[in-house]
Formats: sequence, structure tokens, C-alpha cells
Amino acid sequence: MINMFAYNIPFASIFLMMIAAIVTPLLPKHGRVPEKLSCVMIAIVGVLSAYLLYVLTRGGQSLSFNFAMGHFPAPWGNELRAGPLEAVLSLVFSVAMLLSLTGNFASTAEDIAPARRQIFCVLVNLLTASLLALTYTNDLFTAYVFIEINTIAACAIVAVKEGPETARAALRYLIMSLVGSGLVMIAICLLYDLTGHLLMQNMHGAIQVLVATKSYMMPLTVSLALITTGLAIKSALYPFASWLPDAHGSSTNASSAILSGLVLKGHIITIIKIFCRVYGLDVIHVLRMDTVIFILGIAAMIMGSVHALRQKNVKRMIAWSSVAQVGYIFLGVGLNTVAGVAAACLHIIVHACVKPMLFTAAGGLSNAAGHKKGLHALMGTFYVNVWAGLGLIAGACSMMGIPGFAGFASKLSLTLASFEHGSIFWALSALAASSVLNALYYVPAVIVVMTRSKDAHKKFTAPPPTLSYKVSMSVFLALNFYLGLFCVPLLRLITRGVNVL
Amino acid sequence: MLEKLLLNHYEAAAVILSGIGLTNLLLQRNLIKKIIGLNIMDTAVYLFLAAKGYVEGRAAPILIADGAGGWLRSSELYVNPVPAGLVLTGIVVSVSVTAFALALTLKIYESYGTLNIDEALLKMTQEQEQIEARIDEAEEEVLA
Repeated sequence: MINMFAYNIPFASIFLMMIAAIVTPLLPKHGRVPEKLSCVMIAIVGVLSAYLLYVLTRGGQSLSFNFAMGHFPAPWGNELRAGPLEAVLSLVFSVAMLLSLTGNFASTAEDIAPARRQIFCVLVNLLTASLLALTYTNDLFTAYVFIEINTIAACAIVAVKEGPETARAALRYLIMSLVGSGLVMIAICLLYDLTGHLLMQNMHGAIQVLVATKSYMMPLTVSLALITTGLAIKSALYPFASWLPDAHGSSTNASSAILSGLVLKGHIITIIKIFCRVYGLDVIHVLRMDTVIFILGIAAMIMGSVHALRQKNVKRMIAWSSVAQVGYIFLGVGLNTVAGVAAACLHIIVHACVKPMLFTAAGGLSNAAGHKKGLHALMGTFYVNVWAGLGLIAGACSMMGIPGFAGFASKLSLTLASFEHGSIFWALSALAASSVLNALYYVPAVIVVMTRSKDAHKKFTAPPPTLSYKVSMSVFLALNFYLGLFCVPLLRLITRGVNVL
Repeated sequence: MLEKLLLNHYEAAAVILSGIGLTNLLLQRNLIKKIIGLNIMDTAVYLFLAAKGYVEGRAAPILIADGAGGWLRSSELYVNPVPAGLVLTGIVVSVSVTAFALALTLKIYESYGTLNIDEALLKMTQEQEQIEARIDEAEEEVLA
């Protein structure tokens, strides 16, 4: 059984981050108190999620429960839902968020003036709250509200670094996001109209009846198409990803890490929950959405890497690589089996740990080269900031799928999952081609960074990496190896979580 | 076909309006017109929800006195309050998003003196090229 303390954790984690966001503007503006408060709160949420995960999976069981907000019973009240998958995701999200903040402590201070740094912390707290809410919510309209909160906070952490370039990137991001959330809103209204419910399990029951009686199939298909397109725009699935490199490439390093590693994932989790819990995987197959997602996923894997090949700015290159990685996740979702969805969730976790590390490393290296972001300017920076160099190498190996690194685990599980699927040829070819393409741009970057230039001692005058940078980077590296070497128990845990979803 | 459209004329209007809004949001180059397009799209959704939530002959979901000191409690007398609640939440979201988009637009106007997103992009690329050229010159001087 679940004790009262664990029962309240999903709500408490969201509520804690909300409270932190409200309290932050009251703190002293100078000094770094607001950032420390955010870090402490996120750490508390991480510990709570770890405890929840322990309680839900103790002794090989996989429990899940619904938390009734305000004690109103099911068809009327608002609900949160927690199972092993939700608990492990919120644990990973809080750890990655914490490391992205602490790892870029110094570069945040350089990029953002103290008064704006306080606003930055408010936004980070809101963003964490919205990610947790998207993970835990059982109510589709609550999901919509938190998608919008997430949108505003995500665009604002791009714009918080001053400059016309970030304002333009943020506006472009905002417009694309608004198109996405508009479509989601229309789809939710259609679904409410069809089913008369907003809670996921009640909607699922009504949709099963509709599909069994073959009634209202057209509106059902339209609602699924709209909600998938809307969330795909927000999670940067390939044809809708043009906003991502601008937004992720121009913002401050902490923002890039958070946006690429976590914000995209919040929307993908929402898609997975809608597929599994609202429509059900069988209905998704009947409505043919799995094929669409599968094809778009493959296109993203290839095209994201092709675009990354052409970039000269290191941050934009890593941002385009995120588009390719999102393609991997959608490939898993498009397989439309429990194994496929579990592999997609594993890749979400792997990418949430690796991409912030890559952005933190790239930030450290370009800082060592005197704030230049061009790839050629980074020559020899490995020897100035070894920690950042190691981070880039480990991240690159992980993205290419070298055994022992995190990316290998998720690619392996995606491959194994595709054996159960009819389109195994396409899935395997895409995985192979995409891995080669990843190597084509990550290996040259690593070579450039490790090449000693002749006048190195003259060129680089950057301060050495701070203690928080070293600690965060070593935790990132440890996580990377842990995921690469011991992924089997984690994958088993995720599969159990997906089964009870 | 036409019969169905006439029967669902509110929904048809909502679909047309949201199409107009979406097209404006995506294709207009002027930022203010883009934001107006966003608002039209949101309004269309509210019209759809309000039309779905209204049942002819029923009252707003506030208890009516039966004249004998009690209340009329039959659910047949009232409309469902949830769609109205959704519309209200939607309006709040749309107001905050509009305000944020306008703030960013103002920022771009201050930097570039234009509301056209293409012109702003052109000016930004030119400025960046100038900065890069200056950095290259400085580097060459240092090396010399």
C-alpha cells in the first residue's frame, strides 16, 4: 500500500515549485540567493520523486494511484496520476534541471544582469512546475493550461539574455508554439465534445465505445491529427523544427540545456500519455497515426543530422542534433508497441542527461575560446578546460551510440523494439544512417577541440572552470556511464511503468 | 451537406474563423497582424465551446428558487457549466500570451524600427556580418 506521505508527493512537487516561483521576486536582488533557492527546491523535488519511485516499485511490484485534487470524485474532480514511469521521469527531469543550473552558474552570471537573473529563476521554477504537472496530470485540460505556462516560460528564458537576436528567436519560438497550442486546444474541445469527459481514463472508455460502434470516426481522427500536430510542433518534430536552432542556439547556456534536454520532453511525454491513456495504442493503429509518426520520426533522424552537418556555430550544431534525437523518440512511439514506447521513454531519459551535458560542455569550450561560438575558433580548447572537453567527447560518443555510453543503451533498445514491428527494415536502416551522420559532425568537432594550436598560450586567457562546473560535469559523466552500462534494470522499470500507464 | 452545415452553423463559423486566424498567424509578415490572427483563432475556439455548451431552453447553472423557499434541483433545467469554465480559462491564457507576444514585438521594434519580421531578420544578418568582419580585422591586427 501507499502511505499518505508518498500519496501527496505528486501534488507537493508541483506545488513546491509554484511556491518557489512566487517567493523568488521577494528575495534580495543582488547576490545569488534566488538561484540557490531554485536549486534547493529542485533538489528537494528530486529526493521526493526518488522516494516515490522507491515506494511504487518496492519488492518488484508496479503500483500506480490517482490523486484526487480537493477530494472531488472521479468524473467531476481534477486528478493527478503517478506510476513508476511518472516517478522516474520526474526524478530525471529534476536531476537534469539541477545540473543544467549548477553547471552553467558562471556563464549565467556573465550573460544575464543580476536584476534579470531573479526573473530567470522565477521562469526556471515555473518551467519545472509545468514539466512536473505535464508528467503527472490525468486531466487533459490541465495539461493544456500547463502547456501554455510551459510555452511562456520557455520563450521567456530565451529572451532573458538581452539582445535583439534573442528577442527575435523568442518571438519566432512563441509564434510556432502558439500555433501548436492553438491546435491542441481545438483538439481538446473536439474530444470533450465527443466524449463528455476531461479525465484521461473516462475519455478512454468513451473512445473505446465510439470505435467499437464505428460512430464519429471522422471527428475522432481529426482530433487525433490536430493534437499530434500541435504537440509535434512544440516538441520540434522535423518538418516543424525550424524554430529550434534559433531559440536553442542564441540563448544563454543554461537555457539551451534546459530547453533541449527538458522542455521538448515535456511535450513528448504528453503525446505518449495521450496515445496510451486517452486513445489507447490499438485505436492509434486503427486511425493510422502510428505510421505517420513513424515516417516523420525517420525523416527527423536523417534531416536533423543533415542540417547539423552544415552548421558552423557549435551551439546551433548541437541544437540541430536535438532535432535528430527527437526523431529517435518518435520512431519508438511510432512502433506503437509497449517495447517501442518504453524504448522511446528510455531515449527521453538518455537525451535529458546527455544534451544538457553537451550544451554545458560547448558553453565551457566557447568561454575558453573567448566567447566565440564558431567551430574553428574552438581549436585546442580541450587543454584549457579539460572538463568541458571530456563532456563534449562523452556526449559525442553517446550521440553516436558507442557501447558503454548512454546513447548506446537507448539505440539498442530501439533496435530490439523494432524487431517486433513490420517495418523493421526501415527502422534499422534509419538507425544506421543516422548514427553515421551523427559521427560525421561530432567526430570533426571533437578533433578540432583536441588539436593543439601553436599559439595556444597566447590566445586563451579565460579563467579556469569553477568548482560547480567541475562537480556538475562529473555527475553528468557518471550518469552517462551509468545509463550506458546498467540500462537493463532501468528499461525493465520503464516497461513496467508503460504497462500500467 | 448544406443541411448539416446549417444545422451546425455555429461550429461552421468557428471552423472558418479559426482557419482565418491560423492563416494570419502563419503567413502575415507584420507582427501585430500575426498577434491579431492568434486572437481570432482563440476566439473561434471559444465560440465552438460556447455553442457546444448551450442547450436551448435551459438556464445558467445557478440554482433557481421554486417560490416555496426551496430550490429547483433537476439537472434537466440547467446547462453544463464546464464549457463556460474552459472558455474562461482559455481567455486568461490568451490574454497572458498576447501580452507576452506584444512585449517581444515592442523589443524588436525598438531594436530594428520595423514590425516586419523579414526586414528585422535582414537587418540582423547584416549587423552580424559587420560584427564578424570587425572581429576578423582585429584578429589580423593582433597577429600582425
